[in-house]
Amino acid sequence: MAKVEKKARSEGALSDERLRELFREMLLIRRFEEKVEERFRAGELPGFLHVAIGQEAVASGVMAGLEPDDTIMSTHRAHGHTLAKGTHPNAIMAELYGKTEGCSGGFGGSMHLYDVANGMLGANAVVGAGLPQVTGTALAYQFRKEDKVAVAFFGDGATNTGVFHEALNLAQLWKVPALFVLEMNGWAESTPMSQHLPITDLSQRAVAFGMHSIDVDGQDVEAVFTATKEAREYAASGKGPVFLNVRTYRLVGHYIGDPQVYRDKDELNELRETKDPIELLRARLELSDDEFEQLDTEVTAIVEESVAFAKAGTDPAPEDALKWVYA
Amino acid sequence: MPELTYREAVRDALSRAMREDDDVFIMGEDIAEMGGSMGVTQGMLDEFGAERVRNTPISEMAIVGTGIGAAMQGMRPVVEIMYQDFLTLSMEQLVNQAAKHRTMSGGQLKVPLTIRTQGGAGWSPGAQHAQQFESWFVHVPGLKVVFPSTPEDVRGLLWSAIYDDNPVVFFEHRLLYPLKGEVPDELEPIPFGKARIMREGADVTVIAIGRMVPEALQAAEEAEALGISVEVLDPRTLLPLDEEAIIASVQKTNRCVTAHEAVTRGGFGAELTAVVQHGAFDHLDAPIERVGAKFGPLAFAPAMEQWAVPHAADVLEAVKRTVARA
Repeated sequence: MAKVEKKARSEGALSDERLRELFREMLLIRRFEEKVEERFRAGELPGFLHVAIGQEAVASGVMAGLEPDDTIMSTHRAHGHTLAKGTHPNAIMAELYGKTEGCSGGFGGSMHLYDVANGMLGANAVVGAGLPQVTGTALAYQFRKEDKVAVAFFGDGATNTGVFHEALNLAQLWKVPALFVLEMNGWAESTPMSQHLPITDLSQRAVAFGMHSIDVDGQDVEAVFTATKEAREYAASGKGPVFLNVRTYRLVGHYIGDPQVYRDKDELNELRETKDPIELLRARLELSDDEFEQLDTEVTAIVEESVAFAKAGTDPAPEDALKWVYA
Repeated sequence: MPELTYREAVRDALSRAMREDDDVFIMGEDIAEMGGSMGVTQGMLDEFGAERVRNTPISEMAIVGTGIGAAMQGMRPVVEIMYQDFLTLSMEQLVNQAAKHRTMSGGQLKVPLTIRTQGGAGWSPGAQHAQQFESWFVHVPGLKVVFPSTPEDVRGLLWSAIYDDNPVVFFEHRLLYPLKGEVPDELEPIPFGKARIMREGADVTVIAIGRMVPEALQAAEEAEALGISVEVLDPRTLLPLDEEAIIASVQKTNRCVTAHEAVTRGGFGAELTAVVQHGAFDHLDAPIERVGAKFGPLAFAPAMEQWAVPHAADVLEAVKRTVARA
């Protein structure tokens, strides 16, 4: 029987200095996504956008626990993962503006962010679809005896897809070095868990495959870091993949502009007051208002610069639409 | 020149690639000890071991998806989908993923994946083990589609598929596996997008794929006895398609028949017809005739199955109809 570990707070795993760096990164992700929302509402961004406000500690904590050469695949809610993996904010913002300077050259957009050189192998707009590709990426690392792990992000909605079960079954069968990071925010678009899941503890789905699973509080960046680091060591040592059952909270709608008619407003307000990972870490680090303002000013300037960079970017030639159909 | 069966030719291409290149491996259902449901990979487990000849669970999405992931890392996986009917289970990974990563990433990724599959009627499997789906994939930008009809072509084209940097859906036909044919001593890669004139003729061009190539050749023999000279052209790769050779042939013969085992409606013959009417409109002396299966799920009883799918006689009838219009 595979084991399910319950992770308590893991204070002391990271120095205050490192925690401050992660705080700054999480704040950058927050300000970036707030800016994305603002510019979308202003009509500047084409397409269809999803932000992950409330889930920043998952992105920063997981990436802090990985090695630089590890790779990730993400979901339609990928801005934070991509920033935390090391892609420059300018390249992401330029992508959202559809510019050639974007991280996918203007071919992908928000739901298809790629930065292969930085280990970001793609955000995927089909729920669950990246999971077998992470299994396959990890299989290549196993074949070549590379000390790398491949990481999949997905939500609770994805655990109901057939491809989730096929991908995890095969990953465990072949003991590939993969991490399956469930961002359990309790919502599949507008559908609550109670309407799409017959169980509440999704680690049972991993354990059913014999996969090692770790429960972790996704609002605590240090706990996410510790669980990821441990999971990475386990997977890279050849013992098999690890399922990270991360409880987190989406403090906004499914997409920008979602009126969230399906959600209880008092409950959402309470979550915003009690579960905001940035506020929780700010309190823990006992940042003074001046310290916070200084960090906020820095990251806000980075975000503003990314918008200026994107707006000054190059529009692709229409006929370049067919440039990459075939290799 | 040595003689190989179509089945042996597939195995020969796979084995040669795996001998030369550690990045090539194969995976699929029942391909290891059993050697595949069609016996194509028999003996390969002994030569290459279980790491490179991998039995998989019955998980078509994961077979293709895992192949995509390994291919994105620069390996050259060849995955087998036991029957092309089961490609339907892996469509999402093929259509939304394999075909699109390169464009969506702005050219950062390549997916050098080969998806081998087989199918075809003629042995009464019923409606879920004999469909011909090649036309579905021709509609998807980013994929390449290959359907060889001879041992030489299947060997040379499979090699090219493995070494193509794009996802290739590679169709084999069940009834062609025992077919014997001469192959060059050394494997010669066959480039995509080059049709083969299987038989030269002057009066009608039959563009045939898969099992309908030998059927068309038989029809051409019978037509010759009637004084009709039939040219048989096998495009070999449907995407890319050698439009130039097709148009040149019809400009010479002024008549055209398309032939595939898939149902006629929406089949690849429709695409061929569009190519021919546009490229050889002023040369056509008769409407283009399409030969394919009748439009229904394949019935089990042999008499019904054989009635539904096309044969040489159907090609010959179509040839006669085009000539009758002259």
